[in-house]
Amino acid sequence: MSVVDRPITAPVHSEVESYPEHHFLNHSSGFLSWALTLDHKRIGLMYLVGVMSSFALGGMFALMIRIHLWNFKDGWLSNQTYNQVFTLHGAIMVFLFIIPSVPAALGNFLLPVMLGTKDVAFPRLNLSSFYLWVTGLILFLTALSVTGLDTGWTFYTPYSIETQQGGAVLAATFGVFVLGFSSIFTGLNFIVTINTMRPPGMTWFRMPLFLWAIYATSIIQVLATPVLGITVLLLSAERLLGIGIFDPKLNGDPVTFQHFFWFYSHPAVYIMILPAMGIISELMSVHCHKGIFGYRMIAYSSIAIALFGFLVWGHHMFTSGMADVTTIVFSALTFTVSIPSAIKVFNWLGTMYQGTVSLNTPMLYALAFIFLFTIGGLTGLPLGALSTDMHFHDTYFVVAHFHYVMMGGTLVAFLGGVFHWWPKMTGRMFNDKLGIVSAIIVFVGFNLTFLPQFVLGSRGMPRRYATYLPEFQPLHQLSTIGSITLGSGLLLALIVLLMSLVNGKKAPRNPWGGATLEWMCSSPPPHDNFSSAPTVGDPYDFSNIEYDGRVGGYVKRP
Amino acid sequence: MTAIQENLAHVVDDHADHHHEHPSWLAHHFDDAEQQYDSGKLGMWLFLVTEVLFFSGMFCAYALYRNRNPEVFEFCSSFLNEKLGAINTGVLLFSSLTMAWAVRAAQLRQHQLLVGMLGATLGCAAIFLGVKAVEYSHKWELGLLPGKLYVAQLDGAHGPHKGYLEFICTVPAIVTALCALYAIYAFATKSLFHQRVAGPMLVAGLCFFGGVGLGQYLEAQEEASKGHGGHAGSHEHHAMVDGHVDHGSHEHAAAPDSVHAAETKTAAEIAASAASAMGGSPNVYVSPTELKTPNADVNQRSMAGLFFSIYYCMTGVHAIHIIGGMIVITWLIVKAAREEFHEQYFGPVDNVGLYWHLVDFIWIYLFPLLYLIT
Repeated sequence: MSVVDRPITAPVHSEVESYPEHHFLNHSSGFLSWALTLDHKRIGLMYLVGVMSSFALGGMFALMIRIHLWNFKDGWLSNQTYNQVFTLHGAIMVFLFIIPSVPAALGNFLLPVMLGTKDVAFPRLNLSSFYLWVTGLILFLTALSVTGLDTGWTFYTPYSIETQQGGAVLAATFGVFVLGFSSIFTGLNFIVTINTMRPPGMTWFRMPLFLWAIYATSIIQVLATPVLGITVLLLSAERLLGIGIFDPKLNGDPVTFQHFFWFYSHPAVYIMILPAMGIISELMSVHCHKGIFGYRMIAYSSIAIALFGFLVWGHHMFTSGMADVTTIVFSALTFTVSIPSAIKVFNWLGTMYQGTVSLNTPMLYALAFIFLFTIGGLTGLPLGALSTDMHFHDTYFVVAHFHYVMMGGTLVAFLGGVFHWWPKMTGRMFNDKLGIVSAIIVFVGFNLTFLPQFVLGSRGMPRRYATYLPEFQPLHQLSTIGSITLGSGLLLALIVLLMSLVNGKKAPRNPWGGATLEWMCSSPPPHDNFSSAPTVGDPYDFSNIEYDGRVGGYVKRP
Repeated sequence: MTAIQENLAHVVDDHADHHHEHPSWLAHHFDDAEQQYDSGKLGMWLFLVTEVLFFSGMFCAYALYRNRNPEVFEFCSSFLNEKLGAINTGVLLFSSLTMAWAVRAAQLRQHQLLVGMLGATLGCAAIFLGVKAVEYSHKWELGLLPGKLYVAQLDGAHGPHKGYLEFICTVPAIVTALCALYAIYAFATKSLFHQRVAGPMLVAGLCFFGGVGLGQYLEAQEEASKGHGGHAGSHEHHAMVDGHVDHGSHEHAAAPDSVHAAETKTAAEIAASAASAMGGSPNVYVSPTELKTPNADVNQRSMAGLFFSIYYCMTGVHAIHIIGGMIVITWLIVKAAREEFHEQYFGPVDNVGLYWHLVDFIWIYLFPLLYLIT
């Protein structure tokens, strides 16, 4: 791997490149011009601020958990508070951060620009999705401040029916209901936009892979989320009226709740990871300056993951009480999901092979993703196998596994994507050296936090416990040190991004050398994205894209 | 409802910054009418997919619990008045016809007919809700409530509560009164637009009370006929239900007798024998004195209560969809009264029509599942 050679001589062609005078950020001003905007780019930015704030909140709870677990007993939180803290950590991270992170924030900003359209198909629906998300956030914060939710983010019955924190359960489940509709409307909007609004020349197989991933994600959002909606609605009715459908005392069935819940929440795992995979496909090819390896296989594997993802929810419930045959079928189906995931990983590696790799901040995050996601994916196999899952179920092994996929996968890819498209979104370049440092600290801190948890889990440390046996203390302390390292790395990443707004130099049109349409419009893009209809070509053809020292970025050779 | 309104509302979005010759009904980010229509249509179909999945949770719950306790479902479904259900099915089917006709009228620029057809759809929806109000209030009076609220006592010890129907009717009464005021205003000002909007709204408000009247009449008729021992056929059916109940959790020697008896005995005798055979009767229209001990197995919160939980959840969520549909149809009437629709721009009518057919369609499943299957 060598750093890309940048030609010293000025290229023959020079494009007039300057920071645009008019762009979507200064198109109009005032609070209402943002609060009532129908511009997908502004909505995307508002989402970005929102999900990052939620992440900060969820991250604080995570640190509280880790600090509490420094000692094997008598942590600084009471047991009841500990329950509430891990519940809020999970609920906020899942419903307020990971699910909307890539699709709603980056997807909203990028989808129309990458596709070459002026906006998404239903701009008002898009804005209402954002306000539904805000409503959900408020309901969650209510649940937090009024009493404190202590059911775990899964709201399993009968505990969620019995718990004293009834008001919190109601507020949180209603919040989940509202957030679900936010997610549905975003997905619906994206599917329609991709289906009906592609400009001439933008065929399905000329779409950037990020859009394929978003499309597959949207299918899951539209098909799975309504089931969560009715589940939490029934749970609310259970709390309010005691309808008994999930209450064993009234002849209801709590396992039915788990089936309903995971019918959504397992596909939701792919809502979280698929768009992250889409980001990595973009980052890999752009920063290796090489066409993506196996375009069609990556595109099809996104759709395959979306479809297989609907058939495997039972693997969350191997120990909940299901027929033996059912568990075997679910276990077998679970293994099929690893095939399209592996296809993607191999294709990314194939893309890097013989590429000219720019080791900059987005690329480092992308590399970290591949490493962490692979560990996360492979440790999923023993959990999908029946016999080993009996041992690992509800231990720290599970916790470590899904953090490797969700945080090491989605969050790291999200960060990579934010760094990658930051110049496009804000028109400012960030400090790449500090960005690289943040990526390294995040990577080290992450592994330090969660590798010990695999060991803890395989030795029998159960998840969600406020105290533990003394012999687990060294590994727990290692994990806590890692979490603080990880937290400081993330904080550094945030500082790097914010600093760029203050003193970052103005971004060129195409700072990384991408070939997709978003790099063809100015940074930041104008209000209507493209002043004239863009010419659509191969999104991964880098042959005529060259570095131009005068503009500090890449230009397309005519 | 947001989806529909959003799907449709934005198409009249009129941005200041036009780049091309965009007619006012074409949103700025669409190239042409066809693209706009296709987007709206696809969006609505996807929304309908989410609606089907939303209801699927409750259909699954129905299937699961019916499979687990078939006798409870057979016992409880006989509390539902098939006549009212059948009338509501007919009303909704007819409203789907008027809705489809409205789409055609929009394409042909028949504005008056369009307003009329949308008004007819709105009226049918109101009749449906009126009948449903009677059904709900009647069940509440008998204590046939969901889950742990279930308090039905078939031995008559539980005095019936009254006044639920009046309670439900309060809001529609206020809405109808407001519609009447609006209609007076419309006719006083002689504004064609206001008349076209107010007319259908007032008719719909009155239709609700028509539905209430119809429901009460049929409910009273049913009660009277059962009370006087008529309609042996229908009782035979109920007795058959009792016969079936037995093989659920209990073996009871008297059950075959009760089935046999149904063919010859009067209603009162049937009720009594059914009650003694089963320890309870599904027939709530029999006067309480004719009933003996309630069935300890079926008529209790954890059994019958669960059926009514599912019944109220399914029909309640469906009714919310009807109300949502009424709001959107009213919005369409306003647009139709302004004569906004033409052969290039009728997507909103078409899409609301699709939604309305789905709501109708779901009821077509709910009716047999809840009322008819025994």
